[in-house]
Amino acid sequence: MTDIYTVITDFNLVPLIPEIFMALFAMGLLIVGVSQGNRSTSVICWASVAGLAITALLIMGLDWQHKIILNGMFVFDEFAGFMKLLVLLGLMASLALSVRYLAQEGIERFEYPVLVVMSGVGMMMMLSANNMLTLYVGLELQSLALYVLAAFHRNAVRSAEAGLKYFVLGALSSGMLLFGISLLYGFTGSIDFGAIGASLLAADSISFGPIFALVFIVAGLAFKISAVPFHMWTPDVYQGAPESVTALFAIVPKVAAMGLLMRLLFEPFAAMADQWGQIIYFLSLASMLVGAFGGIAQLSIKRLIAYSSIGNMGYALIGIVAGTPQGAGAVIVYLLIYMIMTAGVFAVILSMRRNGAAVEWIGDLAGLSKSNPVMAYAMAILLFSMAGIPPMAGFFGKILVFQAAVAEGYYVLSVLGVVSSVVAAYYYLRVIKVMFFDEAADPFDGRTPFARRAVLLISTAFVLAFILKPSLIVESAQSAALSLFFG
Amino acid sequence: MAPQDFLIQYLPILIFIAVASAVSAGMIIMSLLAGPAKPDSEKLSAYECGFDAFTDARNKFDVRFYLVTLLFIIFDLEIAFLFPWAISLKEIGLFGFWSMMAFLGVLTVGFVYEWKKGGLEWE
Repeated sequence: MTDIYTVITDFNLVPLIPEIFMALFAMGLLIVGVSQGNRSTSVICWASVAGLAITALLIMGLDWQHKIILNGMFVFDEFAGFMKLLVLLGLMASLALSVRYLAQEGIERFEYPVLVVMSGVGMMMMLSANNMLTLYVGLELQSLALYVLAAFHRNAVRSAEAGLKYFVLGALSSGMLLFGISLLYGFTGSIDFGAIGASLLAADSISFGPIFALVFIVAGLAFKISAVPFHMWTPDVYQGAPESVTALFAIVPKVAAMGLLMRLLFEPFAAMADQWGQIIYFLSLASMLVGAFGGIAQLSIKRLIAYSSIGNMGYALIGIVAGTPQGAGAVIVYLLIYMIMTAGVFAVILSMRRNGAAVEWIGDLAGLSKSNPVMAYAMAILLFSMAGIPPMAGFFGKILVFQAAVAEGYYVLSVLGVVSSVVAAYYYLRVIKVMFFDEAADPFDGRTPFARRAVLLISTAFVLAFILKPSLIVESAQSAALSLFFG
Repeated sequence: MAPQDFLIQYLPILIFIAVASAVSAGMIIMSLLAGPAKPDSEKLSAYECGFDAFTDARNKFDVRFYLVTLLFIIFDLEIAFLFPWAISLKEIGLFGFWSMMAFLGVLTVGFVYEWKKGGLEWE
């Protein structure tokens, strides 16, 4: 007779403990919230942050050796562990930024933090996917929660529009992804990453079929990381969604989707590196250029950040094009730095309120250097970093991906990347010019809440201090990336 | 296996399709011929929850009917999942039992949420 204990050791659920904990925690919060009503929202928000922190501790307590469990459905290795910590960090930052905003906007409903945690569970599953089914279920769990969040300000037309747009395009991308997976199943006979990889390696030459499948799968995932030409939804959704949700969108889901894309390309599709190299090359180049030139004409800071995030995904993709452990490590570092910078920028954007309403135009920042110099200088440092000006952290993120690309001989891509980074510097510098040199507008409302000041301070400090000991992060990222190649 | 032998395996399905078509066609024709037809405006209008089939799409409608439908579908699927589970419980053992309990637990959380939220109250 088996009892529950032997079942657990047989299937070795230990690497799954963080996800199980998080899912149970989210469901518990849902029950607490529904019995306490919306007045418990801020308590539940902070409880969620605590829950995410406990999940991060659980992950750190696990054995980070490469392990495949649940009959090949789920993999846990250094890469998964590192990326999961990044995702949890981003979720905590965005939740901390949200608490006061929800109250200010009058959308203080307890479902908000629960949905954030649920989408987090989806992202964790994505990062540990070792089977197309796990991949898809994780992706959908993440996306469904995010669709609802985009439309969370349900009385605002813009927010409803953003939710609908995101949903329709997300459904389209899921359709493409599934179509690609079904083709791949037809050609390789499996949905298991290991079996797909083995079957592709065993083939003498890559036939047309798997390439077709690869194109659809990559296109579906490119939607999620908003790489050009699948970026159209990004500016509209970023502008329409409530600002705290925009912060979440900009910080977290792309990290998870990028991690998923890396695992997919470097593990099962390793044999097709020549083929996917061309696709990612184009996605990367187009994203950098559209991100740089599209952002120039933007007046809304939220749309500006949307274009900036498109461009930043382009830079991160350069590291994947390189196709080496060095490149993969550079992508991880890039994502980490981008995430922290964006969290800081959103701490400022969320504070842009006049007369009790959120304002979003870049012109509204005018004179911030006089009304709130600390915030203005912090924002300036973050924007300099985003523009890639040394000695800020953003510069190191860029130089690492360019180094990886140059090492593999991708000179054209690197040069165009540098050029578009110069173009993009214009719009970051314009924001700084508005803050420091334009005629002052009215100051923003009231004092900045503690959580926002903390996030702003931490991210600015990180951006400035990165140069002191870059090896601390770079080396652990490199070793995480190595686990993808020699798991 | 010759192609004919292969196809012959599908003969029962062909017969089934024929019988099903005959029975359903028969029902429609019989009710057309034998049923009393006394139309009035109440009978010809759509059900309470429905819309006229050919009108402008931009109507106001009552979302509550859809709420009930969605909730119904969830529990309908649960039942559809429970039947094969109950039959194969002997083979899948305790692991199968606890897997289903986890699934039911998640559904129950959703059910509690919906109940407390007032999703089951009509007015």
